[in-house]
Parts: sequence; structure tokens; C-alpha cells
Amino acid sequence: MTPACTYPERRDGVRLLVVDPAAAAVDSARVSDLPDLLTPGDLLVVNDAATLPASLHGHDAQGNAVEARLLARIGDNVFRVVLFGAGDWRQRTEDRPPPPELAVGDGLRFGTLAAHVVAVAPVSARVVDLAFDADGAALWAALYREARPIQYSYLAHELPLWAVQTVYAARPWAFEMPSAGRPLSWEILLALRRRGVGWASVTHAAGLSATGDTALDAALPMAERFEIPQATVDAVAAAHNRGGRVIAAGTTVVRALEGALELWGELHAGTGETTLRLGPGYRPRVVDGVLTGVHAPGESHFALLGAFAAPPLLDAAVARAERDGYRTHELGDVMLIVPGALRAAWPANSRMNVASRILVDRAPRGRSAAERRSNSSAAVLHA
Amino acid sequence: MMTMQNTAALVTGGSAGLGRALGEALAARGARVVLVARHAPGLDEAVRAIRSRGGEAHAIVADVADKHATYAIAGQAAALVGPLDVLINNASTLGPVPLRLLLDTDCEDVERALAVNVVGPFRLTKAVAGSMVLRGSGVIVNITSDAAGEPYERWGAYGASKAALEQLGRIWAAELGQTGVRLFTVDPGEMDTRMHADAIPDADRAALADPARVAERIVALIGDPRSAPNGARVIVRADEDVAA
Repeated sequence: MTPACTYPERRDGVRLLVVDPAAAAVDSARVSDLPDLLTPGDLLVVNDAATLPASLHGHDAQGNAVEARLLARIGDNVFRVVLFGAGDWRQRTEDRPPPPELAVGDGLRFGTLAAHVVAVAPVSARVVDLAFDADGAALWAALYREARPIQYSYLAHELPLWAVQTVYAARPWAFEMPSAGRPLSWEILLALRRRGVGWASVTHAAGLSATGDTALDAALPMAERFEIPQATVDAVAAAHNRGGRVIAAGTTVVRALEGALELWGELHAGTGETTLRLGPGYRPRVVDGVLTGVHAPGESHFALLGAFAAPPLLDAAVARAERDGYRTHELGDVMLIVPGALRAAWPANSRMNVASRILVDRAPRGRSAAERRSNSSAAVLHA
Repeated sequence: MMTMQNTAALVTGGSAGLGRALGEALAARGARVVLVARHAPGLDEAVRAIRSRGGEAHAIVADVADKHATYAIAGQAAALVGPLDVLINNASTLGPVPLRLLLDTDCEDVERALAVNVVGPFRLTKAVAGSMVLRGSGVIVNITSDAAGEPYERWGAYGASKAALEQLGRIWAAELGQTGVRLFTVDPGEMDTRMHADAIPDADRAALADPARVAERIVALIGDPRSAPNGARVIVRADEDVAA
């Protein structure tokens, strides 16, 4: 499969590979079909973290070029970072020269923003804690001025800050875009609500997906901070009580919800840090399904999907994605793994009929322009 | 006095006039306030004034007309005070003063008025309102002028931009109707501000409203969901409001 190297013209203009573990079936749809694939009573949980510009280019005291990619915020003005040597995002990270070896006390400068090393991680000398010489509004202003969003070597063009945000982004906790939520437009989210599917959110500090350093990548994802609001705890309980499914928009949401349960023994509101690793051996207890990127076997993300579907079904999903030319990676198509998804739209039909109707038989949805206008004015008068 | 504890608010054009007064009125009720303006000195002074009274305020130096500043403003604000509950699009430009007849107005000045007074508020609202919709609550206020409706000579660029802002506000409100997010447009009338002095230098200042009193009325509107219907254009005066 090939990576999507440009941003789609419409964020929701991507395809959706539907994997139904209950039916052991796979089919192709559009992400705009999501409201028909879920059932009234289901709950979609998104990660509302905005994406920080998390890549800083600068140099050390000797003038050696260095790039720092933010990995986690561990104090008011202290961030854990991964260091890269000279070069830029157009090179694959595995082809980049190593960064200069830094020790505690060494200084770095990124344009107007200075920092010094306060710790070197045991896992790799390339992972250090940097204390920036600014705090509060001045630090955030400097980060937004000096840093760029983390880029990917397969991209045709550099991604601007707006291109790495979801439509519901709030606090800038994420260092890479929580990309499973990227295709969700308000058109789709509001259609889900009309269908009776609820929304809820967590905030999860999505860290780096890969660094190109094998030893380091084996340690990813590192501990990530999350926050679960009371409204989400209540919404999850209500969904399960009424027999609905909880669907995580992205593996960061799975990590937050399942990580909270591991950490606290129950789901309650609060902030925590999770080191949970998902994989074939993991049985999710909060989350029933996941919306995620399209991944190929061998990628670390692919292994996570083993928590949601058995290997033969995932093999069938990959074969279907390859046959139909699905695009992978952050800007690519997405995959929905939800038990019963392929029976939701037209329960009377057989699976294959459902699938073909999802693909081709889609009547235009929504109201006429006149209805929209009259409803709009009613909303103003009656609100 | 109504409390706005646990409220995160962003005010553009926050270094002077009505914007500064809105920041002070919000902070006095306990809101965590972020002020945005183009120039650091006036902005820092506004923040210092709020902090000296025990309020929480932060400054972001940015131009709302700059496309690349939108998500930087939204991100910095949410980092400083949390997800925003209140957005006040107050920043606005008259264009060059003395104001000119349309036949004498440069095209670039019309473009700039639209960029600051219409497109900037659109972008910032787009960047902020999604998280409000997800949480099911939030208030957006666009500041307008009677020049949006009255064909005052020499107010062409400004008046047209405010008319566009008002229509945008009505459509925002229609689309956000059932989401729990409210938007209204406020006409604050003639106030004793630098902008007013720039536009009408020989005005009788004694006849102009104190922006602090107008700000109090706007903040009261924000805090009371029954005060104005979603999408309404509210004429706010120092002593009374008229919702239309």
C-alpha cells in the first residue's frame, strides 16, 4: 500500500475499510458512511488534543545542527524530546545523521528560544529533558513562533499547523496529530448525533509514532498523559447500560480509556499517565471498537489492531485494502473495526448486499435547501 | 455580581477601548482571560492592570488578519487557560483615517477591512467553536456597529465588513442552533475610545459612553443564556439593551 502524500481536498473525502469481527467480514465504504455503520445508542469517543508545532530546529553551543521533537511535557517549561542530527523532514529519519551527544547542562538554541539539558534518558542518549528559558505565555508564544508541526518524509509538501488539527481540537497536548480523528468533519459528527450516536472526548498527549531509531522505536509509545472528564465517564457507562458500543476514534483514545482502567481499577474522571501497550494479547474492557488509520503488517500500529480483531480477519482486511488501493499513514484512508458494523445499515440484507449498497446505492442524504433555511430561522427564533 | 469562575475567555483587540474593558470585566468576575492584540506594549499594560486587581490574564501578540496566526492563537490560548468557553471577536479596523469616500478608497484598504473584521473572526471562530460544540457549551460574541446597517458616507469599507460579519453571525447561529453553543452580535454604540476619536475627532466626548459600562452589560449578556436569543443582534447601551 502507498502512503497518502497530500492532504485530501475535503477532510472527510477518504475511504473507510470496515472490519466486522462479529461477522468475520470486511468491506469498503466512505468515511461519510460512518453514521450508517454505527447504531443508535453507540458512543464515539474522540481525542480533543490540538496538535502542537513540535519540531524545533536549532544548534548546540558548538554550532552543530540539531532538531528536537517534543515527546512529552514533564514540567511547566520542561519537555522530553528526541534529538535528530542535521537535515530536515524530507529525509527519512533513519537516514539522518545522529545528533551531537549532549550532557546535562548543555545549551541549545532554537531561533529566539534557548534551552538546556536537565536530564538524559536511560533508554537512549537521544532522548533528553530540555528546560526552556521561558515560561507561561512567553514559552507558548516562542513554541508557536519557532516550531513547526512534525512532518513526514513521504509528504509532497510541508504541513502547516492548520492541516494537523482535528475539527474539535482544544488544548495543545498532542505532539503528533491524533490522525484517526482527522477525517471527521462536522457534517459527519452532526449526522452521527442525528442518528442517535453520542460523542464524548478525552484529551490524550499523543507522542511520537516513530523516530527511525530501532532501539528507541521499540520503547514507543512512551508514557503519555491523558485526562478523562466526568461527562465522558458518564457517557461510557450510559452507552454500555443501554447496550451501545463504545468506539474509540484512534488508538490514543483506546490508550486513555483502557489505560485509566489499568491505572485506577475503574473508569473515573481525572488525569493520569499511561504506559499501556496494546496488542494481540490485550482484551479491551471499555472500548468495543476503533476507528484507526490503515496500517500494513510489520508497522507497530498494526500490532495494536490485534486487540480488536483476529489475525485471519486482519489479513483479509489488508488484502482488501491492497486490492482497492487504500492509502496509508497520517493523511490516508481509515479503518473501522466494530463488531456488527456491517449489519448496522440494512439488517434485512445479507452481508454482501449490505456491502455493495454501502458502496454504490447511497441516496443523497440531508434535507433540501429550503428545509434547511426554514429550520435555521426556527432555531434562531426558538433558541 | 455574577461569577465567571471556571470560565476561559479570549478577547481580540484586547489592548484598548472596549476589548480591554471586556477583559477587565470578565477577569473581575473570576474568568481566566486571554487578550490578543497586535502590539505588545498596550497589551502588556492591559494584562498588568488585570493582574494588579487579582485577576488572571495573559497576552498573545498576533494579528487576527494573519491566516497563519489563527491556530497559534487558539492553541496558545487553550494552553494558557484551558478549552475556551467564551470568544469575543472585538478586534476591528476602520482603515485609514480620516475616513474616505468610496471613490477615494484604495482596494487594498477594503481587503484589509474584510480581513480584520470578517475573515479573521471567521477563522478564529472556526478554530475555537468545534471544541465548544463537542463540549456542548460556549458563547461567541461578534462586535459590530450601526455602520453595518446605515449607509454613512465615508464608512464604506468598515460598514460593509460589519454587515458581512453580522450575516456570518446569523448563519453561525443557525448552524450551531441545537449544539449548546450560542453566538450573538453586539452593537455597542458610540463609546469614548481611541477608535471613535480616530473616526470622529471633533465628537463631544461627554456624549460618548464609557466602554467599561458597556463591557459590564456585554458580560452580563454572556453569563445569562436567557438574555438574548441565539443569533440575535443586540444593541447594548450603558444603561439598557435592546435585542433584535
